[in-house]
Order: sequence, then structure tokens, then C-alpha cells
Amino acid sequence: MILQLEGVSKNFGGLRALSDVTFDLPEGQILGLIGPNGAGKTTLFNSISGVYTPTEGRVIFRGQDVTRNKPYEMAKLGMARTHQIVRPLNELTVRENVIAGSCFGREGHGLKAAGKIADEVLEFVGLAPRSDQLAGSLNVGQKKRLEMARALAARPYLLLLDEVLAGLNPSEIGHMVDIVRSIRDQGVTIIMIEHVMKAVMSVSDRLLVLDYGSQIAEGTPHDVANDPKVIEAYLGDPDLALRLMRDETRA
Amino acid sequence: MSSPNDTQLAATDTKTGLSAVLAQNAGSFVGLILPVAIILALTIWPTITGKDITRESIFTIMLSIALASSLNILLGYTGYVSFGHVVFFGLGGYVGFYLMAVQGWSLWLAMPMGGLAAGLLAFLLGKAILRLRGGYFALATIGVNEAMRAFINNFKPFGGPVGMTLNFQVYKDYGGAARALSLAFYILAALTLLIVIISYLVRTSKFGLGLLAIREDEDAAEVMGVVAPSAKTWAYVLSAILPGIIGVLFFFKNGSIEPVPAFRLNFSIEMIVMVMLGGQGTVLGPIIGGVGYQSLRGFLLTSPLFKNIQLAVAGALLLVIVLFVPAGLVGWLRNRFPALRRVLQ
Repeated sequence: MILQLEGVSKNFGGLRALSDVTFDLPEGQILGLIGPNGAGKTTLFNSISGVYTPTEGRVIFRGQDVTRNKPYEMAKLGMARTHQIVRPLNELTVRENVIAGSCFGREGHGLKAAGKIADEVLEFVGLAPRSDQLAGSLNVGQKKRLEMARALAARPYLLLLDEVLAGLNPSEIGHMVDIVRSIRDQGVTIIMIEHVMKAVMSVSDRLLVLDYGSQIAEGTPHDVANDPKVIEAYLGDPDLALRLMRDETRA
Repeated sequence: MSSPNDTQLAATDTKTGLSAVLAQNAGSFVGLILPVAIILALTIWPTITGKDITRESIFTIMLSIALASSLNILLGYTGYVSFGHVVFFGLGGYVGFYLMAVQGWSLWLAMPMGGLAAGLLAFLLGKAILRLRGGYFALATIGVNEAMRAFINNFKPFGGPVGMTLNFQVYKDYGGAARALSLAFYILAALTLLIVIISYLVRTSKFGLGLLAIREDEDAAEVMGVVAPSAKTWAYVLSAILPGIIGVLFFFKNGSIEPVPAFRLNFSIEMIVMVMLGGQGTVLGPIIGGVGYQSLRGFLLTSPLFKNIQLAVAGALLLVIVLFVPAGLVGWLRNRFPALRRVLQ
């Protein structure tokens, strides 16, 4: 198991943003994390990656208790992530952004070796022609790929992707899904938060569904999609939803 | 960065792997040429003209360049505004002056001690107040400077509000007062060159890349693995040591030290103006800013119209820069002419 969560909860004052989340993630899988807005998906990412310290529970990464680790400690241990709202280092070039990812990530390269890795990774995500542009001058789709490149340059064991498909057009989505698959094929374990259902269903090995901070379902994409609790979380009335779905399949 | 990152946009398409690394090496120290040339020219100038008065005005310019370049490591590279940076100049000056005036140490030993005292203060402050962000940090640095001045004002070994004076005999060890003045100038020139080279090395190093990442987005930098608390602290220490050393030199040349001139808040603000004027986050910026600001100040001080309001002009200048050219002169040139980026570091 690359990652184990044991009863992870996070409170903000009186608000319980995450409640008793428990799961094991085997190496080499893609876990899709879905749920309605405000379900606590990003909070879960923050609790795993050290941005937040969980109020209760334990996070175990590669056999090590990392519950109270800082974000930079997680990065050194081999966890990398992207942000839902992209956070490029605007005044640095695209290449410098990715070099930084490599320099300070798990392998902690020097500038030269990092430069090489950056060029490879930029080629891989298709940003090579933009290497020397300032990161702030990219469009949203390119910024998302930059976030991805920066995370990949760290050569992580576990990659947390926070809505990398949101805001992309259909062809960009296709491109990004291909990238995600080939990252998994290189042996990197991935957790991805995603709202684009079709994409997340097709790419994930397993899905975990959060609603109001609790995990309400976990399993293969097929099982989860037909789980009445999941449908209720998304659509309100499960019976109505099931009927609608039946109608749709008939039609 | 001394890297192909900053090269012209046109050259990017074909560049991959090895060739990029080679390009990086080829351009390694190009960005250092202009800064070093300016410092050397300023150093040689008084020798050529042979006038002491020229040397004195260049002393002031060098002082500005050295202090602005030091501050730039924190302000320009790391993105933390220190409004009370003069505290390191003052404290270093006081510690060194005490060692020279009371303990009879030589200037050569007193200077490193002044730097050490300033560095130590920055280290402790770094642990305490660098967790504050933005305006809160800036406010805290003002508080630290004011607190330090109040403390020194009441600290008997340092002479309290009266300060300390050097016995004139001290200068005999350096070949008399006139020789001591000229010696002070060349020491300052060497220190200025040193800080400019340090500034360049920081900017083009992995450590510097971490600082730039913190400046751009501290939380994202931490997620990427930049150990922000320690990187910030070392940037702060690095930006404090040289002002501490220079403080010793300045007050050695001055012959006396008092709390008010040692911890003058205006001086801190002038340092910020110089960094912003020339271009924060660049090696060349603080040099241009120091020369530019001191030339302007020299003009204002001698002009009957402005001589009483020269600080107001500095304030107005800062306002104009922040509003219209936030990147400063060098930053503006870099943005306007990407081809010059390699030279204008």
C-alpha cells in the first residue's frame, strides 16, 4: 500500500469538513475522488499533502506516519500535487517553474540535472515550445499542463491531481486524459479529483465518493455509478434519479 | 537566472536536453559583467580625478549600492519587505564600534564581529517574525528597529543616548586620518563588489530559485518542496550580514556613533526606494537604483527649491515607481527588450 488513511477527520472551528475517511491505496492505481461541490475533496488533498494537519486519524505514506508532516516534507518523501486553482510562479519562465519542481522534489536535483528533466517533462506535456515564456502569460489549459509538468518533474511516487480537466475544451481533455494514463503506466500512483464524469469514470481504477465530508461509496466506477447513495448525493432523490437513468438508457 | 530560461523567445523551439545545458554554461557569467564593471569604474574614478570630494560622494553611492543590494536579497528575491533594514547597519555598527572604541580591537576584527552580530539578530528575528506575511512582516521590522534604538538608548555600555566616540589616536594605526578615510573607501568598494557577486550567485543558484518561488507563491513553493522557513531565514541572514559589516566601517570613518543616526528609519526607506527604482529582484537593479537615487538626492540637496523637502521627493518617487513601473528600471528594460535579459540580470 502506498497510502493508507485511517479515520482522517478535519474540523474548521465547528465545521466538520472531513469525517472519518478511511481507505487504502495500492501502488500503481488511479483513484478517482468525486463528490458534489463542498464535499471535502480538496480538504482531503490538503490533509494528505500536509497543507492541513488532520484533526483526528492517521495518514500513512509508504509505511511511514506522515500525519503531522509539512508540505515540503511530503514533497521530499515523494508526493506531488497540482492545485484546483492553478498556482504558477508567474514571473518565472515555464522552464524555471518546472526546474523548481525537480530541484525541490523527491530527487532534489541540482540546477543542471533539473534542467534536463524539465526539458523532458515539458516535451511530454507538450509545453516545450513555450519553455522560455513567463508562466503568467500562459492560458488556462497551458497553466494546467504546467502544474502537471511541475509535479511530474519532482518524480513523485504519488501524484495528487486536483481538477486538472476543469476548464479545458474537449480536445484538451482528451490530451490530458492520455497524459494521466501514461503517467500511471510509468508506475506513478494517482489520486484525481474530477468533475468531468465521463473522463474520471474511464480513467480510474477505483472511485471514492465524498459527500458532506464523509465517504459514501467506494469501488469500481461501474459499482459506484449505480450506487443509489451516490446518485442521491448528486441528484437529490434516488428513486427519481434511477428512473431518469432507466429512461435514458431505454431512449 | 543564468540559464537559457531567459533567452530570447525565438530560440526556444529547437532547444532540448544537452544543448540547453550547454547554452546555460556559455552564458553563465554574462549577467555579472555590467554590475562588476560599474563597481570597478566607481572605484577607480576618484583615483583618476584625484579629488577627495569625489571620493566622498562615491563613498555615499557605494554605501547605497551595497545596502540596497543586500536588502534586495530579501525584498527582491524573496519578496519580503523589510522596512527596518537599517537595524542591521546600526547594530553591526554599534557592536563593532564598541569593540574598537572600548575594547581596543582593530577595524579588521571589528568588522566581521559587526557582521556576525547583524547576522545573528537576523537569524533570531527570522525564526520569530518571518512567519508573518506581507504588511505584517513589514510592520514588525519597523517595530524591531524602533525597539533596538530604544534599547541602545538605554544601554550604558554603548554610551546610552550620547553614544560613543573614537579616540583620534586610533587612526594612527591606519596611517593617519587622511589615509584611514581612503582606506575606508577601498574597503567599502571591496565589500560592495562582494555583495554584488553574492547577489548574483544567489540569483543563479538553486537556493535563489527557492527564494524566487517563495516570492511568487509561498504556499505553492512549500508544496513543491521548498523548505520555506529555513530558506527565508537564510535569505534574511544573508541580507543582514553585509549591512552589519558596513555599519562598522561607516562609523569608524565617522569617528562617533549615536542611536539616532544609527537607526534612522528614513535610511531604511531610502534603501527600499533604491531597490524599487533600479529593479527589485535583479542584480543590476540596486546598483542603478543606488547611483540614480544618490545622484538625484545630491541634486535636490543643492537645489534651493528642494533642499528641505528631499525626503518628500523620495516618497513621491517611490509612489510613482510602485504605480507605474513596479518592476523598476532594469525590470522594465527586461520586459521591454527580452533580448537584453542575458546581460541585464
